[in-house]
Amino acid sequence: MSLGKVDLTKIKPYGDTLNDGKMQLSFTLPVPKGDEADEAAKQLARKMGLSEASVVHSHDLGVGYTFFIMYGNCSHTVDYSVIEVPKVDLEFMDKEGVEQYIEENIKRDVVIIGACTGSDAHTVGIDAIMNMKGFDGHYGLERYKGIEAINLGSQVVNEDLVAKAIELNADAILVSQVVTQKDVHIPNLTQLVEMIEAEGIRDKIVLVAGGPRLSHELAQELGYDAGFGPGSFANHVATFIVKQMVERKLV
Amino acid sequence: MLLNSKLGLNPEVIERARTAARNIARETQGFIDKNTTVTVERTVARLLGIDGVDEIEKPLPNVVIDNIRDGGGLSQGAAFWIGNAIVNTGLSPQEIAEKVNTGEIDLTKLPIADKDKIYKTVREIAEKTAAGIKQNRKIREDFIENVGEGKKPYLYVIVASGNIYEDIVQAQAAARQGADVIAVIRTTAQSLLDYVPFGPTTEGFGGTYATQENFRLMREALDEVGKDVGRYIRLCNYCSGLCMPEIAAMGALERLDVMLNDALYGILFRDINMQRTIIDQFFSRVINGYAGIIINTGEDNYLTTADAVEEAHTVLASQFINEQYALLAGIPEEQMGLGHAFEMNPKLENGFLLELAQAQMTREIFPKAPLKYMPPTKFMTGNIFRGHVQDTLFNLISIWTGQGIQLLGMLTEAIHTPLLHDRMLSIENAQYIFNNARDLGEEIEFKQDGMIQKRAQSVLADAEKMLIDIEKEGIFATIEKGKFGGVKRAFEGGKGLRGVVEKSENYFNPFIELMLGGDK
Repeated sequence: MSLGKVDLTKIKPYGDTLNDGKMQLSFTLPVPKGDEADEAAKQLARKMGLSEASVVHSHDLGVGYTFFIMYGNCSHTVDYSVIEVPKVDLEFMDKEGVEQYIEENIKRDVVIIGACTGSDAHTVGIDAIMNMKGFDGHYGLERYKGIEAINLGSQVVNEDLVAKAIELNADAILVSQVVTQKDVHIPNLTQLVEMIEAEGIRDKIVLVAGGPRLSHELAQELGYDAGFGPGSFANHVATFIVKQMVERKLV
Repeated sequence: MLLNSKLGLNPEVIERARTAARNIARETQGFIDKNTTVTVERTVARLLGIDGVDEIEKPLPNVVIDNIRDGGGLSQGAAFWIGNAIVNTGLSPQEIAEKVNTGEIDLTKLPIADKDKIYKTVREIAEKTAAGIKQNRKIREDFIENVGEGKKPYLYVIVASGNIYEDIVQAQAAARQGADVIAVIRTTAQSLLDYVPFGPTTEGFGGTYATQENFRLMREALDEVGKDVGRYIRLCNYCSGLCMPEIAAMGALERLDVMLNDALYGILFRDINMQRTIIDQFFSRVINGYAGIIINTGEDNYLTTADAVEEAHTVLASQFINEQYALLAGIPEEQMGLGHAFEMNPKLENGFLLELAQAQMTREIFPKAPLKYMPPTKFMTGNIFRGHVQDTLFNLISIWTGQGIQLLGMLTEAIHTPLLHDRMLSIENAQYIFNNARDLGEEIEFKQDGMIQKRAQSVLADAEKMLIDIEKEGIFATIEKGKFGGVKRAFEGGKGLRGVVEKSENYFNPFIELMLGGDK
């Protein structure tokens, strides 16, 4: 792979030769399959900046629509060297590390409440983080020594979540949102922040959102301390919470 | 059948498990028979012909039942009060409902007419409704006989645009691509509404409202495309949540074919009160059984929260219990789409063998049931290329073990509700595998005492043990301890308990006697 030197100020896709710009894409156009449809797909690809665009497969979807698989060479480049992405910037500890950190720095049980809020009934995310079993070999928060994890489950209304947080004197709240069609999660997440602020407990709580379509950036924009997307496990979330608690002197 | 068990399953163990499940179901039935609920009574109102909404979109069945409830009469059953009003006024149930809404009639305040006359009047209307539902069965059977249907496993896909008219476009496209069953996913949270919305709807989140008009529109669209493609296209919806029997009634009236219908699912995954939903389930299943609707049970979901290897026996135990509940509600085995799933971690060594063992085991234990096999969801990641391979392995097991209803996995699971072409790719995948390996199961046997046989035997043994424990403890206590899906629910907790009412001695519901078991 040492044939050419990558210019980080002008990167483009790699197929099998540096800077060939190779991309694959697939999509449907609302027109019947045929030569005109293929030509429309190619013109569209060219408008997207793909040269030598070719339709390698097209398929009649049965209602006068056509599905395309295409390849083309991207003519655009981006400057990688100046990119900055906000993210949870931490050395993540493993389960034992978190437990030890709590013992040494917090010296009491950390209370974490989790819920899948609003109309969302998909607990797979919150369960993966909180339940004893965890996910993919990473134990959930319930199994952590020094963490009292309370998973309220699905379709919890924000009022109940806030009431429970106050009742249990929670250190952190985890909100999972899996259903994000038509941005249904945004007003719901925003409302929770507003309610916590109205109760005057925002400063005392580490507020974390998670879900397959939730970035750290979006979560911060909405007023959360952090957002955890796909590939996050309990130890990531736990590290963030305990370090925040110490940093913000919430111990 | 078990003389030919490929898994060396012991028929005596199966029989003991089934007997324990039968006892569990009978015990629950004792509780069910003593109680009714607001949605059961609203269902009676609907089946007697009451429909529509008031000026604030409140359904008239709710208006009528609230009126009876406020008057303290619900324990006698809505049929009694509606019948009494008919005898008193000579009006139709719908006209009566409208007058209840305007305050012109207060159902429990009318003079009580001759009881036999009330029963006779109501039974006449009920018989007409039942005849209409039976006619729907016949239309379905005739369509299948004259036009045809797809081979099993039926290819089942979902539409979920939120807009019934957009759903129709997608459903017709899917049927043309080869789908046999179209499920219209409900909008998120409909299961928690204690009423059924009315009319055609165009707004929903992650799904489309189940309304009778939406059912009718989709039925019409599927019949139309079914005639074109030469296959009866089955329509599926969700008979679960707080309005189980009402949705069943609407489905029976509009000729739906498949209904998700499982109280345990509602208890565990929607936090619906267990007393409420187990009572609701019975009447909903009586209706589904009578209407020839295939029910789908929700055991597959256990494995989205619990581990598919460690908790496989809970799926089997629950299937045994669901089978017995269904039999008590008059549902024949041919209409029992018991659910299970392909949900093991793909990184597990020999995971495919374990999945195969469990699918074959389910097939052998419930030989006549059109088993509903659910695709991988928990370990779908957004890597659509690997996802398509996971779905391919799932399809291979299905054709190998003769599953009944194949809920097609989508390569874009975990990303979005299916796009038009996602569905096409899934159907193409399943058609390729099903055709290419059609008779694989006939050709292959499993090694004596090999990994596959042993896996199936041990899951069955664990399920038997669990059922015997539940038989001792009772189903409600078992759920309270979190033994299904790793989810704990309290007897008095969850949503909808307020809607439970103890029946009085003269409780009257003509539909149970008309529909239960007989006169298919």
